[in-house]
Amino acid sequence: MNAAGFPILSLLTFLPLLGAAIIMMVRGDEAVVASNARWTALWTSLITFILSLVLWAQFDKSSADYQFVENLSWLPDFGIGYIMGVDGISVLFVLLSTLLTPLCILASWHSIQTRVREYMIAFLILETMMVGMFCALDFILFYIFFEAVLIPMFLIIGIWGGPRRVYASYKFFLYTLLGSVLMLLAIIALWYQAGTMSISELSEFDIPFNMQVWLFLAFFASFAVKVPMWPVHTWLPDAHVEAPTAGSVILAGVLLKMGAYGFLRFSLPLLPEASAYFAPFIYVLSIVAVIYTSLVALAQQDMKKLIAYSSVAHMGIVTLGIFTFNQQGIEGALFTMLSHGVVSGALFLCVGVVYDRMHTREIARYGGVAKVMPAYAMVFMLFTMASVALPGTAGFPGEFLVILGAWAVNPWVAFGAATGMVLGAAYMLTLYRGVAFGKITKDEIRKLLDMEPREYAVFAPLVVLALWMGIYPQSFLSFFSATVAQMVQQHQAAIGTASRMAGL
Amino acid sequence: MNWTLALPELVLSVCGLAILVAGVIPKKDMTFPCTMAVLGAFVVTGVLIITQAEGTAFGGQYVADDFSAFMKLLSLAAAALGLLLALDWNEKEGLSRFEFPVLVLFATVGMMAMISANDLMSLYLGLELLSLPLYVLAAFDRDNPRSAEAGLKYFVLGALASGMLLYGASLVYGFAGTTNFDRLADALSAEAGISAGVIVGIVFVIAALAFKIAAVPFHMWTPDVYEGSPTPVTAFFASAPKVATIALLVRILSGPFGDVIAQWQQVVVLTAILSMVLGAFAAIGQKNVKRLMAYSSIGHVGFILMGLAVGGETGLRGVLVYMAIYIAMNIGAFAVLVAMRRNGRAVEGVDDLAGLGRTDPAMALAMAIFMFSMAGIPPLAGFFAKIYVLLPAIEQGFWAMAVIGVLSSVVSAYYYLRIVKVMYFDAPVTGFDVRPAGVSFVLAGTGLFTLFFFLFPAMLLDAAKHAVAAIIG
Repeated sequence: MNAAGFPILSLLTFLPLLGAAIIMMVRGDEAVVASNARWTALWTSLITFILSLVLWAQFDKSSADYQFVENLSWLPDFGIGYIMGVDGISVLFVLLSTLLTPLCILASWHSIQTRVREYMIAFLILETMMVGMFCALDFILFYIFFEAVLIPMFLIIGIWGGPRRVYASYKFFLYTLLGSVLMLLAIIALWYQAGTMSISELSEFDIPFNMQVWLFLAFFASFAVKVPMWPVHTWLPDAHVEAPTAGSVILAGVLLKMGAYGFLRFSLPLLPEASAYFAPFIYVLSIVAVIYTSLVALAQQDMKKLIAYSSVAHMGIVTLGIFTFNQQGIEGALFTMLSHGVVSGALFLCVGVVYDRMHTREIARYGGVAKVMPAYAMVFMLFTMASVALPGTAGFPGEFLVILGAWAVNPWVAFGAATGMVLGAAYMLTLYRGVAFGKITKDEIRKLLDMEPREYAVFAPLVVLALWMGIYPQSFLSFFSATVAQMVQQHQAAIGTASRMAGL
Repeated sequence: MNWTLALPELVLSVCGLAILVAGVIPKKDMTFPCTMAVLGAFVVTGVLIITQAEGTAFGGQYVADDFSAFMKLLSLAAAALGLLLALDWNEKEGLSRFEFPVLVLFATVGMMAMISANDLMSLYLGLELLSLPLYVLAAFDRDNPRSAEAGLKYFVLGALASGMLLYGASLVYGFAGTTNFDRLADALSAEAGISAGVIVGIVFVIAALAFKIAAVPFHMWTPDVYEGSPTPVTAFFASAPKVATIALLVRILSGPFGDVIAQWQQVVVLTAILSMVLGAFAAIGQKNVKRLMAYSSIGHVGFILMGLAVGGETGLRGVLVYMAIYIAMNIGAFAVLVAMRRNGRAVEGVDDLAGLGRTDPAMALAMAIFMFSMAGIPPLAGFFAKIYVLLPAIEQGFWAMAVIGVLSSVVSAYYYLRIVKVMYFDAPVTGFDVRPAGVSFVLAGTGLFTLFFFLFPAMLLDAAKHAVAAIIG
């Protein structure tokens, strides 16, 4: 039995579905249904979040093992089980998902007015799939959650999105599906070799190098699209721009982490030699992503598109960190993933705040917002700085660690990553200046009202986190340092054996 | 001579004759009572199948085992669901004739005879008993030129297929000296080698059966016949006869021709690949939902053939699991098509579904479940169907076929998504007429099965495992 004394991970995963079922049963006229749906969704996700704090409290940080493990037989003929559990890598992402969902529901309180019931159901189902994906310790189970995310997200973009929503939702769905089916074949091939789908048993299985290369490419097809890495990132700006605010927050906050999580959970431990073999290739793609998409971001007129490109750049830092294979690099990558989840989610919420008032995302239509919305300008400033990785904010420790880790591999790689930080400052400050500063020339800006209490409530936890992660990163780093240490050690052992074998 | 073994078929045929008489004699419309009687006969037959003993009868012409029981129950279920859909449709279209359920019943007897065939002769008898009612059913809306065209087209091409089957069967008989499956197996496993005549014969038999399941390159009739036939008939076409024909292919290829796998495997692999690819690409441009579903069914047949090509215990189990799940998804999707009726007139354009998410949320949800499931998105049943076919394919090293299969499933996801898009993203047009009770029943049953299959997959898997063990064992 696990530390919590009850199957907490399954509860966290499937509780939102219960809320969705309740919402589905609500009867009445449209206004009543909408209001009931909102409150039910909010309470369900809040209860899920509070329950997930048990993980924060009970997680044993000194252990690198899977904790809170649940194991049920599901398809015994094929060695496929219902195995749930978290380790240092995944536990904080579960918390991130459960934290962002209620905030998203709160953020869409007024901005979603049509088909509220379906919207809330889609969000709760999405939460189930996200949490389940980070908890799954069976490869097939992981794949099911990983893919099932597509259905609610497709509907969220397609039904409640902007003018080009159909194009964006198709692109999102088909891009991701194309990558994933190749991974499915790789999973099946792996199953055939190892006879099990359990991740902990698989990691003890030695795969011949030749096969590792193929499996790596298949995993790469799926995860690289999901991350997204340059050059398969083009679905992301479209999806972000067209998705409703809350959809963008979840997309940036959690869904983008699924790819990087996949690299960490599968590619590195299962395919150590192929990972090492392909590392230079990943470095190149990552650095291109960092520099190229930063430059592209600099040229954007649309606020959401700019932040979307900045996400690609940040994820470039993450993939770079993962493939340094050292303690600093991987810890930095994990920390960047978390901070990016908080910060870019918050930035999309910031865009949402002014978008709800002005119904435009064009930077040129703004200017001088700081004078009429001082509190908003403060919040926006904080998250801009965090995105730039100013020391003392959430963005800094992660990127710093990645650059440290990269330096150990190759100073030029580190240089590439650092360039990204400089460019990041350039485009984020351009964005902030365009929106917040300058003279007020337009009457509509003068009429803007500052944030309302609901919006304060949405931002409060994110502000606290952004500062906490910046000022005392250790309380987050301590969750995964043991797991990462074990992972690095196993990786080096695997590479060591392989090179000794080659030497013979 | 153990004729009681064939009790299910005998009972069903006698019921059919009795219902025919009961339908002719009274002066009033007997469609509803006849349909109910046929459904009752299906239930009785189902019970008889479950309690049936195993063995062969009629001089080795007829075989009953777990495999035949599984497939028979599946085709009975498909026929019963198809009949339920037709009840309301025929009434609204002015096609209420009691012959309809009787024809379905005799087609079902034909399917059962095919599934239990243990001889090329009884195979042919069953196939013809299936096909003749189907020709009539396709042209059932006889005053509608499209329906008449569908019936004629199906008849001409079906007759060609029957001819090919007979030709192939006589070649096999001529070179192997027997038509009985068990003795064929002995004759073909001989070390002496296999003559070219038998191979040609086998290929002809496979081609004829490929006609019936609409596998590429013998699929040309499918879109036209599916489009022209009355929608419930199309639902029936796309499900039950495929079960029987696939059952026959499985039995014939793993039994008598099992030892000459090297001769036919490449044929099936090629057919599977072509079907998957054509099913994926040709459906993209379709504006008519029934044509779209025709191409989609071609794609699914490709996946089923993938399992068949791989063969072995896991491969054939994949075939059976895929078949069962496909039936549920397909009948469910066709139930929605049957309900597509506006101001009393049936409509069948993809665009007619626009805004269904608002005008009829429950039906739209069901349709979305079927579409996502057919696209193979987990955790819906269609994903498991695909994975149980892909597992053995990769195990046996059929990489090219597996990769082409999953890529074509991505392509086909495009048009499945289009239906979801039309239902949910587009502005609503006027809603459909009130959904008939039969459709709601079928939708609920198949929808819940598709959605919740992942909770208890073991039932279907175990049944399929036993069924396969019966013919491989």
